[in-house]
Amino acid sequence: MTQVAGRLGIARVPAALRRGGDRPPGEPGRVGYAYLLPAVLLVGAFTLAPLLHSVWLSFFEWDGITAGRWVGLANYGDLLSDRDQRVAFAHALVLVLFYSVLPVLIGLLLAGAVARTRVRGLTLFRVLIFLPQVVAMVVVAVMWRMIYDPNDGPLNATLRAVGLDGLAKSWLGDFGVALPAVGLIGTWVMYGLAMVLLTAGVQKIPRSLFDAARVDGAGPLREFFAVTLPALRGEVAVALTLTTISALRNFDLVYVTTKGGPGDATSVPAYQVYERAFSTGEVGAASAIGLTLAAIIFLLTFAITRLSERGAAR
Amino acid sequence: MTSRREQTLTYALLGAFSLLALMPIAGIVLTALQEPGGGASFGEINGVHPGNLRRAWEDGNFGDYLASSAIVAAAVVAIATTVSILAGYAFGLMRFRGSQVLFYAFLLGLMIPTEAMIVPLYYDLRDLALTDTYWALILPQAGTSIAFGTFWMRAFFRTVPRSLVEAARIDGASSWLTLWRVLLPLARPAVLTMVVLIFMWTWNEFLLALVMVTDEGLRTAPLGLSFFLGRNQADLTLLAAGAVIVATPVVVLYAFLQRHFIRGMVSGAVKG
Repeated sequence: MTQVAGRLGIARVPAALRRGGDRPPGEPGRVGYAYLLPAVLLVGAFTLAPLLHSVWLSFFEWDGITAGRWVGLANYGDLLSDRDQRVAFAHALVLVLFYSVLPVLIGLLLAGAVARTRVRGLTLFRVLIFLPQVVAMVVVAVMWRMIYDPNDGPLNATLRAVGLDGLAKSWLGDFGVALPAVGLIGTWVMYGLAMVLLTAGVQKIPRSLFDAARVDGAGPLREFFAVTLPALRGEVAVALTLTTISALRNFDLVYVTTKGGPGDATSVPAYQVYERAFSTGEVGAASAIGLTLAAIIFLLTFAITRLSERGAAR
Repeated sequence: MTSRREQTLTYALLGAFSLLALMPIAGIVLTALQEPGGGASFGEINGVHPGNLRRAWEDGNFGDYLASSAIVAAAVVAIATTVSILAGYAFGLMRFRGSQVLFYAFLLGLMIPTEAMIVPLYYDLRDLALTDTYWALILPQAGTSIAFGTFWMRAFFRTVPRSLVEAARIDGASSWLTLWRVLLPLARPAVLTMVVLIFMWTWNEFLLALVMVTDEGLRTAPLGLSFFLGRNQADLTLLAAGAVIVATPVVVLYAFLQRHFIRGMVSGAVKG
């Protein structure tokens, strides 16, 4: 389990440090170390030490049992040359479309609509739309396996009922469809998060901006692109960051719905880490994949936050 | 003012997406209540048979799985909350050498995904003979939760008015008393949000449990459900009942404390 702070961590820290004089008040002296000690021990032992150990392991070819063999950077070279690993990372990119881009578009649609009218009961809508976010991913996966069931799942039943028998298929078992089918589950989970973030942002936009746009005779579309969207830049960045991280880290959903199959049609990096470390005895390669995934997540978080900061400063 | 038609469209959009979010969840609840072996398919209404839940609870061992999850979640929440309050207090309101370096170390700990440390974590804990114990689930999740909680509490302590802390010090209160008597009553909402998030993440965690635990007696609820799925593919109602049992504790908590869930998760904290 890891929590990544978009706004909380990355976005705020550099700003706080840049201010330089941002010294906390009060209580000088060494007593601070005593308060920190338990946290340092636990975070050090169970997140930072494994991270370093992971770097070390990634330089070896090791099956987890016999003595390992030093291979230098070969495991990282395999990330590019090994077809299975390239495929897994490519699938992760496709999933970003479903986990991140699609939900943010839905969120923008809803936020744009909410921006123009006073909505009564918005809190209730928000609570309902956010609900999938709190359901365990394993439960979500079990639920959607039933929905996608080729024989008597409600999706195929509905398609057959409206005469679209040709579209009914084995959603999670079809080579061409399995990855988008898994991706759409991600869309279902994530659009609530995007919607809540973006509607919260909309409520911070000064009403006068909308009034001014209307005096200028802007229609709904012009108003959206001239007022709402630019004002939501920061929220869009946060939503993209959080959902992209979830897309890249997707493990539970793939493990329970498809186990990476059919073939390797839904294989993703996190699944490769698990498979290689705990079934096929490629511990070094698994470590290298996990670290690469972490590096990509760091860079993306950083890049998206920087981009939105620069946009906001303009 | 916007037109009536536009207002209707807004409600229609919000309604449609609420319904889309709700339908699969309502579907699995209805399925869990169907007549056992009644041949109804997912989401169909076929009577109300709470007996399925009891069957899953007893025969499917979900009672045991929930007990394991409760033990792990309670331990992680208790450890992480206490330790995070202390560390957040130090980072937020105290001045000491090396605080920036330490702060960056915590930031790193916060951003490492489980996937990047699960492999060495398994071998390290195995060497310590801790795999297949609750400790293998509690300690790593306490570590990541503390990395988050420290940031969370630090952000809160930074908002405390300086004058309040100074007044307490002038009155002769030690840093320890200031924290528990003066600051913590103010921190209650922030602490509650943190507790709710850590509880949810711990309850829903899957990969760590999958890797660390082989003993059935230690399986947490999501892990138990994934094994249950392997054994009971064909029994739709029983499987749905198991899934409902696993999701219920967090969903009930969400029903009461949704503002804390939403506030916490949109403020940038995420568990993938």
